[in-house]
Amino acid sequence: MDILTFMQQMVNGFSLGSMYALIAIGYTMVYGVLRLINFAHGDIMMVGAFLGYTFMAVFDLSFPVTVLLAVTLSAAFGMFMDKIAYKPLREAPKISLLITAIGISFFLENAFTVFAGGVPRAFPVPDYMENIFNVAGVTFSVASILVPIITLILLLGILFVLYKTKYGMAIRALSFDIKTVNLMGIDANTIIALVFGLGSGLAAIGGIFWAVNYPSVEPMMGVLVGLKAFAAAVVGGIGSVTGAVLGGFIIGFTEVVVIAFFPEMGGYKDAFAFIFLILVLLFKPTGIMGEDLEKSRF
Amino acid sequence: MFTKQRLINLAIIVTAIWFTHFAQVTFDEYTVRIINNVAIFVILAVSYNLINGVTGQFSLEPNGFVAIGAYVTAILLVDSEGMLYQYDIEDPYPWVLALQTNFLWALILSGTISALLALSLSFPVFRVRGDYLAIVTLGFGFIIRILAINSPEITNGSLGINDIPEYSNLYWTGGVAIFTVMAILNIIYSKFGRAMKAVRDDEDAATAMGVNTFKIKTLAFSTSAFFEGVGGGLLAALLTSISPDLFTFFLTFQLLIIIVLGGLGSTTGAILGTIFVMAGLEWMRFLDEPMNILGYETEALPGMRMVVFSLILIIVMLFAREGLMGKKELKDLFKKKKANK
Repeated sequence: MDILTFMQQMVNGFSLGSMYALIAIGYTMVYGVLRLINFAHGDIMMVGAFLGYTFMAVFDLSFPVTVLLAVTLSAAFGMFMDKIAYKPLREAPKISLLITAIGISFFLENAFTVFAGGVPRAFPVPDYMENIFNVAGVTFSVASILVPIITLILLLGILFVLYKTKYGMAIRALSFDIKTVNLMGIDANTIIALVFGLGSGLAAIGGIFWAVNYPSVEPMMGVLVGLKAFAAAVVGGIGSVTGAVLGGFIIGFTEVVVIAFFPEMGGYKDAFAFIFLILVLLFKPTGIMGEDLEKSRF
Repeated sequence: MFTKQRLINLAIIVTAIWFTHFAQVTFDEYTVRIINNVAIFVILAVSYNLINGVTGQFSLEPNGFVAIGAYVTAILLVDSEGMLYQYDIEDPYPWVLALQTNFLWALILSGTISALLALSLSFPVFRVRGDYLAIVTLGFGFIIRILAINSPEITNGSLGINDIPEYSNLYWTGGVAIFTVMAILNIIYSKFGRAMKAVRDDEDAATAMGVNTFKIKTLAFSTSAFFEGVGGGLLAALLTSISPDLFTFFLTFQLLIIIVLGGLGSTTGAILGTIFVMAGLEWMRFLDEPMNILGYETEALPGMRMVVFSLILIIVMLFAREGLMGKKELKDLFKKKKANK
């Protein structure tokens, strides 16, 4: 393995990792406030990608407008999902919430299979995204550079919202104790809806970039990515936004690098995230950036 | 010796055995097929319920254990000639060809291997609780499927194993189902069962009362895995061909709907849930086909069934969280009637 190939794989890993990271942030935030693994989160990413496909292929809109619209609609959809399915279960045992989330995940997958067809559709990637750069022998497309940059900007944005705004303060307070937050005159439901909106919007961006990198959309695309992103969130320490991004990069790098070095392991590619997850949980049950489970999640 | 409860139990068992025989002899092939399926899913659901409902450890791995059982049974049943014929493209390991037993041993070994795996998995898995447990077990179910795809020398990869002798009939599936239900109920009403419920209701309190929670969880997990494995074996010998696609998360999801609909924690509920879900899935086949609604012909929508099914699961969770039976058993229903008198 020469240095060029290595650098090439690093670029690929960085790009894949940022997509996992974008989706993992949503998992980690929802878990932080509701202690819920939102199994439907991966499918929201799929919904976002399908919205992107619709705006670009059917309505022929430009890429930036598409991203903006898809993100807004996905965020609204995430809030709607919270309102009809999770809000009535606020006082219910955690298991009920988890089962509902699995139900929504299956509903979305099957509904999209029925009404959009199970066959992958080619995603209309704009030409400028496919432009290839060549820096000192390492090639990368515009998309593979754009994704990590956008991820980092969004991470900074989320951290800003969390630590510098009053909404962020409310979110952090919520992760301590929902009941007390209500007593403090903050409407917990509004804040939870906000968290769902933020997470779903990020997932939609992740979905659209996923569709750009592997230029197709199909109803099951969110299942595996979602699970790996969740694994990333746990590896990084669930509840920590920075941890989620770190976990996403770790999982993405592992996947790319292991296959580059051991091509015969290619068939096991999809299992790495879980093996990693189990190893991390064995040695540090709260993940790399995870804190004491009783403390705030952010 | 002959308490009323025992007589009722005996009557139920005798009726179940009689029904099995009656169904096998008189019903047509399609009906027998459905009852076979129901019997296998009763085994799977009742044992899944032991870890999920009774012990309260929300795990999502039964597809993995069912897969192990199905593959073990398939390898043990298909003779070496059939193996060589199927594995034309990949070189099988010699021991895979050499292994062969009769059906009973195949089932017992399927269950045992599955249970041993569960036992060894307990150590990493039960270090975490609650939601983490769900995702870790889900990961294991996933890894087992990936292993099946990537070990063509043993499993024939994604092509799967075909021409498995069709041993499963109602005597086997029904018989094992009755045995499973009896065994699981005996566990639930033993001191282990009470400890399992204690772990479910409050793990810390159970520990404080001197319950070895790890041991109890492991026991429930392994027992559950044993019967999942046996169920997998029966499934392999019923379908006569298996492939990794059969053992996706969808299988776990189906079992989850069954036990939630029946009432998490109730064995009676798991049985009722199986009957409702399996019958419902058969009945709802019309949803997948073209329909005539008020003179308007709709196109065939394959998969519509599953959309409706996921909706039912969500609605049950939102409005009837306890399911059909709650945590109650058949026995408790009789008790209630008495009290009302």
